[in-house]
Amino acid sequence: MKGKKAPVLQVNDLVVAFSMYQRGFHKKNLEVIHALSLEVGAGEIVAVVGSSGSGKSILAHAVLNLLPKNAVCSGDILYKGESLDSKKCKQLFGREIAFIPQSIDYLDPLMKVGEQVQGVYGTKERQRELFEKYQLSQETENKYPFQLSGGMARRTLISGAMMHHPDLIIADEPTPGLDLDMAMETLKHFRDFADQGTAVLMITHDIDLALNVADRVAVFYAGTILEEAPTADFIAGKEAVRHPYSKALIDALPQNSFTPIAGTQPYAGNLPSGCLFADRCIYRDEKCVGEQKMRDVSGGKVRCAHAT
Amino acid sequence: MKKTQRSFLNRRVLLACFIAIAAIYLIGIFIWGLAMNPNDYAVHYENKLLSPSASHLFGTDAMGRDMFKRCIKGLSNSLVIGLLAAGFSSVVALILGIASAVFGGWVDRTVKLLVDLCMGLPHLVLLILVSYMLGKGALGVTCAVAFTHWPGLTRIVRQEVLQLKSSQYVQAAYRMGKSPFQVALHHMVPHVLPAYLIGLVLLFPHAIMHEASITFLGFGLSKETPAIGVILSESMNYITTGKWWMAVFPGVMLLLAVILFDGIGETLKKLWNPMSGNE
Amino acid sequence: MQLEAKNITFQYTPKGPLILNDVSFHMESGERVGIVGPSGYGKSTLARILAGYETPEKGQVLLDNVPLSTKGYCPVQLIYQHPELAVNPRWKMKKILTECWNPDQELLKKMGIEESWMNRWPSELSGGELQRFCIARALSSETKILICDEITTMLDVITQAQIWNVLLEIADARKLGMVIITHNKSLAEQVCTRIISLPELNHIEQQDV
Repeated sequence: MKGKKAPVLQVNDLVVAFSMYQRGFHKKNLEVIHALSLEVGAGEIVAVVGSSGSGKSILAHAVLNLLPKNAVCSGDILYKGESLDSKKCKQLFGREIAFIPQSIDYLDPLMKVGEQVQGVYGTKERQRELFEKYQLSQETENKYPFQLSGGMARRTLISGAMMHHPDLIIADEPTPGLDLDMAMETLKHFRDFADQGTAVLMITHDIDLALNVADRVAVFYAGTILEEAPTADFIAGKEAVRHPYSKALIDALPQNSFTPIAGTQPYAGNLPSGCLFADRCIYRDEKCVGEQKMRDVSGGKVRCAHAT
Repeated sequence: MKKTQRSFLNRRVLLACFIAIAAIYLIGIFIWGLAMNPNDYAVHYENKLLSPSASHLFGTDAMGRDMFKRCIKGLSNSLVIGLLAAGFSSVVALILGIASAVFGGWVDRTVKLLVDLCMGLPHLVLLILVSYMLGKGALGVTCAVAFTHWPGLTRIVRQEVLQLKSSQYVQAAYRMGKSPFQVALHHMVPHVLPAYLIGLVLLFPHAIMHEASITFLGFGLSKETPAIGVILSESMNYITTGKWWMAVFPGVMLLLAVILFDGIGETLKKLWNPMSGNE
Repeated sequence: MQLEAKNITFQYTPKGPLILNDVSFHMESGERVGIVGPSGYGKSTLARILAGYETPEKGQVLLDNVPLSTKGYCPVQLIYQHPELAVNPRWKMKKILTECWNPDQELLKKMGIEESWMNRWPSELSGGELQRFCIARALSSETKILICDEITTMLDVITQAQIWNVLLEIADARKLGMVIITHNKSLAEQVCTRIISLPELNHIEQQDV
C-alpha cells in the first residue's frame, strides 16, 4: 500500500453461501451474497440500502465474523489493508471496530446497562462522559434494558459502540421503530463520528434516511450491490442515477410519484444467470445475458450494461 | 475464511445412523430379554465365578449364573420400567404444562408449586422415599421414577405454550374466528411436539439410570429379579477380588443404552432448532 | 359501517404508566384515517385495541354502535409491522393463506403472490413477500375495517409502493375503512383521506423517550 492510504474497510469479491438441507439427507449450498465489493474510507459514511430479506445483514455479520456455522464464504475482507480473520477480529472487536446492532435484544437483559456499556475494556469515567453526551441521566446506568424506552436503548447502544473511539462502526438497521426526529438525531451522531475520522458502514432498508446522512449510497439487490454512487446523485433525482433499479427506487418514494415497478426480487436459490434485475427491467436486451461486472460510470460504480 | 464443510456426514445422516444403531441394540435386547427362557440364567454351582470365555461371554457370577444372559434380561427389565416411567411422566408433563399455561391463575400457581417441590428435593431422596412407601419391587420403582421425572418436562411444555399464546399468529387466529380447540390443535400441538418428543427421548436414559441406581442402593427391585442395578450391586462385593467382568460388562451395557438415547435426543434438539438446524 | 372508539383508557399493568388516556375517535367505511405521532404515544396499542386484541380499562370500541364481539371472525382486522412474526413458522404458505378463507386467483394475482410460493416455508420468503400473504389473509369479504400498523416500514420502497397501490384499489372497490399508522409523513399524505395526530387525542404526560 504505497502512496494512497488503504481504506478502513475493504471488501473484495465477497461470496457467502449457506449449506441448507434439501428434502432428505442432501445438503445444497445456497449463495446469498455474490461477488460483492465495497470500500469505506476514513471519515466517510457508506449506506448499504436494500429490502428486508435481501441478505444485507449477512454482509455485516460476514465482516464481523458472526456468521452461523453452516455458512461458507470466500473473498477478502481487509481492515486497514490487512486481512480480517477471526483472530484479528477478536483483537479489534470492541476496541477499534464497533457494532451497533438492530435492537435492544442484543443487550444482556440481566445486566445493568452501565456495566454493559463499559464492556470488557471500558472505564466508568468514559461511560459517564458518553452518557452525558447522549443525554442519558446518571440513573440510567443502574437500569436494566427492559426499563429503557426505545430512544434511550438506541442511545445506550451507541454509547457502547463509542467507548473506545472506534475507527470503524458497523450499524445494522439503526433506525427502525424510531420516529423521524429520533432517527435524524441518531443519524446526526453517525455524522459526528465520521467528522472525527471514523469510517461508518450503515446497513438500512430506509433509503430516505440514508440519503439524509450518507456520503455514498450502495444499492443492494438480491445479494449484491447494483450501484454505488455519491448521495448527491440520488438526491438529484432519477436522471442522475445510473442503474434502472435505482431509478425505480426513486420513483417509488411516497414524496415522488409513488409508482412501483412490477415483480419481486428473485429468490436466492433461483437467481437468473445474467443481470439479476433483468426480468423487471425495461431496457432488457441481449447485453443483459451473462455476468454483469461492476464498471465505473461518471463518478459511480454500476452493474448494468446500459448505464451511461 | 471458513473452509467448505464435508457434505457427506451431515447431521441428518448422523441422526439416521444413531437411530438405526440404537433401535437394533435396544429393541434386540428388549425382545430377547422378554422371550428368554429362565433356565438360561439359572443357578449352576458347578460353573461359579468363571472368567469370560466362548461359552460364557461375560463370565459367570458366584452362583454360576451366566452373566451375559442375566445382563440382557436385566437390561430388558430396566427398559420396560424406563419406558413405563418415561411414558407416564411425559403424559403428566404434557397435561400439567398445557393446563398451567392455558388456564393460568391458581392452576398455574399449583403446578409451579408442585414443580418447585419436586425439583427442590434431591432426586435420589425423593426416589427412595416413593419407592419405599410403595413397598419397593417393580411397582415401587416404576412409580418412583415416574413421579420424579415430570417437573423438567412440565416446565418446558409450559414455557413453550406461554410463549406461543402471546405470539402474533395465535392472537391473529383468534381474531379470525378460530376456537381455542382449533388453535390448540393446529398451532399449539405442532409447536410443542418437537420439544416434547426431545424431552421424552432425553427422559428415557434418566429413568433407566435412576431405576438402576435405587436398585443398586437396595431400595428398588428385589434381589431375585435380574436387573442391572441388582447385578452391579452384587458385583461390588467381588470387585476387590479381581472379578472385574462382573461389574464391567453390565456397566458398559447400561452406559451404551443411556448414551444412545442421549445422542438421539441431543441431535434431534440441534436439528429442530432453527438456529442450528442447517449446520 | 362505522368504527368508533369511546373514551379509551389503557395501561398494561395496574401500576404501570397510562398508555392511552381518554382517547376518542370515529370513522366511516370508505375513509382512510392516518394516525401519526412520535413513538411512545401508544399508536400500536390503539391499533391493538381497535382490532379487539386488548380490552381497554375504560371506554369501549363500537362497530355500528355495537361493542366489538370477541367471538367469531372479527370484521376489524389488524396487519402488523413484522409479517415474519404474524405467520406460524411451522406452516407452509398455502396453509397460512387459507387459514380462514380461500382467496381467489384474481386477488392473489393482484397482490403479486406467485403460485410457486405456496409450497414454501415462511423462512424462505422475504418480508415483502410475507406481508402480501398477511394482507391477502385479512381481506376476506367479512372484513369491513382494516388496521395497518406500520405495515410497510420494514420493506423497501418499491414493495411499499406496490402494496399500497393494490391496497388502495381494493379498499376503494369494497368501500373498506382503513386506519393507517405510520411515522412516514409523505406516505400518510399519499394514502390517507384524513390525518390525525395522536398526541392531540391522547392526554398523557410525555415519558422520557
